[in-house]
Amino acid sequence: MLLEIRNLHANIEGKEILKGIDLKINKGEVHAIMGPNGSGKSTLAQVLAGREEYEVTRGTVIYNRKNLLELSPEDRAREGLFLAFQYPVEIPGVSNTNLLKTALNAVKKYRGEEELDAMEFLALIKKKMKLVDLDHSLISRSVNEGFSGGEKKRNEIFQMAVLEPKLSILDETDSGLDIDALKIVANGVNMLKSKDNATVVVTHYQRLLNYIIPDFVHVLYNGKIVKSGGKQLALELEEKGYDWVKTDSKELVEN
Amino acid sequence: MNDYKEVKNWYLDEFKKFESTLNGESAEPIHQLRKEAISNFSELNFPNIKDEEWKYTNVSPLLKYNFKPSLVKGNITNNEVSKFLFDKLEHNLLVFVNGHFDEKVSRVKNLPKGVIAGSIAEAIKEKSQVIKEHFGKYADFKNQIFTALSTAYIKDGAFIYVPDGKIIEEAFHILFLTNSDDNKILSQPRNLFVIGKNSQVTIIEHYSSLGEDIYFTNAVTEIFADENAVVDHIKLQEESKKAFHIGRMEVDQERSSNFSSHSISFGADLSRNDFNTKFNDEGGECMLNGLFLLDGTQLFDVHTMIDHAKPHCNSHEHYKGILDDKSRGVFNGKVMVRKDAQKTNAFQENNNIILSNNALVDTKPQLEIFADDVKCSHGATIGQLDKDSMFYLKSRGIGEETARTILIHAFAIDVIKSIKVKAIKDYIEEILSKRFNN
Repeated sequence: MLLEIRNLHANIEGKEILKGIDLKINKGEVHAIMGPNGSGKSTLAQVLAGREEYEVTRGTVIYNRKNLLELSPEDRAREGLFLAFQYPVEIPGVSNTNLLKTALNAVKKYRGEEELDAMEFLALIKKKMKLVDLDHSLISRSVNEGFSGGEKKRNEIFQMAVLEPKLSILDETDSGLDIDALKIVANGVNMLKSKDNATVVVTHYQRLLNYIIPDFVHVLYNGKIVKSGGKQLALELEEKGYDWVKTDSKELVEN
Repeated sequence: MNDYKEVKNWYLDEFKKFESTLNGESAEPIHQLRKEAISNFSELNFPNIKDEEWKYTNVSPLLKYNFKPSLVKGNITNNEVSKFLFDKLEHNLLVFVNGHFDEKVSRVKNLPKGVIAGSIAEAIKEKSQVIKEHFGKYADFKNQIFTALSTAYIKDGAFIYVPDGKIIEEAFHILFLTNSDDNKILSQPRNLFVIGKNSQVTIIEHYSSLGEDIYFTNAVTEIFADENAVVDHIKLQEESKKAFHIGRMEVDQERSSNFSSHSISFGADLSRNDFNTKFNDEGGECMLNGLFLLDGTQLFDVHTMIDHAKPHCNSHEHYKGILDDKSRGVFNGKVMVRKDAQKTNAFQENNNIILSNNALVDTKPQLEIFADDVKCSHGATIGQLDKDSMFYLKSRGIGEETARTILIHAFAIDVIKSIKVKAIKDYIEEILSKRFNN
């Protein structure tokens, strides 16, 4: 098992957002986490990546036989966890290449692997850029500065391609994408999929799941996973809307 | 209230000793200037925080000591000097030890005809016409007590004269080293750079020390940029962390001259810088940029004044501060646009990053505009390293220290980029990455 979340509770500024999440993910699987706005989807993604503002109050997260919650954000990344941000940060003055080279070599160093020299690195990013059809001129610019919404999301998937994570969490990667960009991003993700890694797609809408086919779909509502199923569940949600789950979960509580 | 009479008397008594070493010179005009200055000094008071111009900088720590005015040069070897040179910089080197020119370790080569670069003591002795015309003309010693002190003790300093129509490719690296040896030396280099019409020059004033001890540098630099002259000036202040540094730079710009200044400050326990430029004619361009990097209990204060006395001039000022521990920074940027100075463009900005809970910055833009057809802007920010950016970098596997270094470097990069001398740029980047990447 790659990731096992048990009864995870988390607060921000004293307010409980996650109220007991249970989730198991194996290598080779694609999981979709869906849910209405404010259900805690992004919080779950941020907590897994190690955002300090969130306080985990209960529960455990075992990732690759390690206690994930004890690792710093950078060590989680070095252990192969990757978060594609919903809102990628613009960092003026830091070039994309510099960020990636520093990151890649930090990861390699942690794993006791040989660091890449400038030539090897350039060859690698050239190859990976093609995956997401990213324009070469963007790579030497400052991180996400002046990028369009679509370019920012493609840049996230590009970074993911370079860092080759074991567990990728895509937080609303489809938001703000037109259909062409959506296809490019989905295609990139599909190319990176293998039997040795897993992908978690966090999304509000079903449409991304037409392109990235999930093995499992979970519905998050009010800080809990209220429903799990196969890819059919996503279609059902699209049809019936989230109100259906909301009433369902109410019944669940009342019964 | 303490008016520091004893300290003042100390410098007045020392002046008498200084005078007695000047046999033969006492009838010269230069000595009249000194005498005028010492009389001003005796009448002026040391500033305190009730003076608007010194509100955030308390000089009382500097007045605790009786610093010994350095009257003779110290000893230094080529080997010692080499530690302060920059890699890959083609340059002319002028070395001053405790404010006095050391010809032995200086290297000036192949200067175009008529160009003078060396000791101002020499130029004064030779009764140079340039000295007569420009020396002591721009730095006010009537109201400024530290400039009065400098003027009273005029002895040596750097002198660069470039006649009309000369382009000097190689930078002048002027190295001011203090070798105080626990003697609490007062070093007062007195510099004059006169750049002729259509001439071009790069000058680096570099202040550093051989030991990490207590001393006082009181430096005054006067710069005259004649019509169409291009002057690129860099001040790199790396004094001992226990030292005091008071620096004044006065720039006089003639028609269509271009003056750019970069002040990079890493050193000194207390440093105060007054940088003033004046457009004396139309078409001038002026850039005053700076970067200060402070930690411990360091205090850095920069007061600038850009005087748009004439129309059609552009000024651009950008200072950035990075403050850690209990350090303090002061930025006071005055831009004066006088009544006649129509079509002025003046841009000013000061950004600061605070890395600890105890560091403090006072920033004060001061625009006084008396003309009505001008473009002026100013802005000031004080903030911390951006948390979202920090998390983003860490989430890619980059460790805390490296992420900090990357973001601090990113913060400083636009000021560093505007420096034209690559060797200095590289040196500053190296200092930044060493400081934050242990």
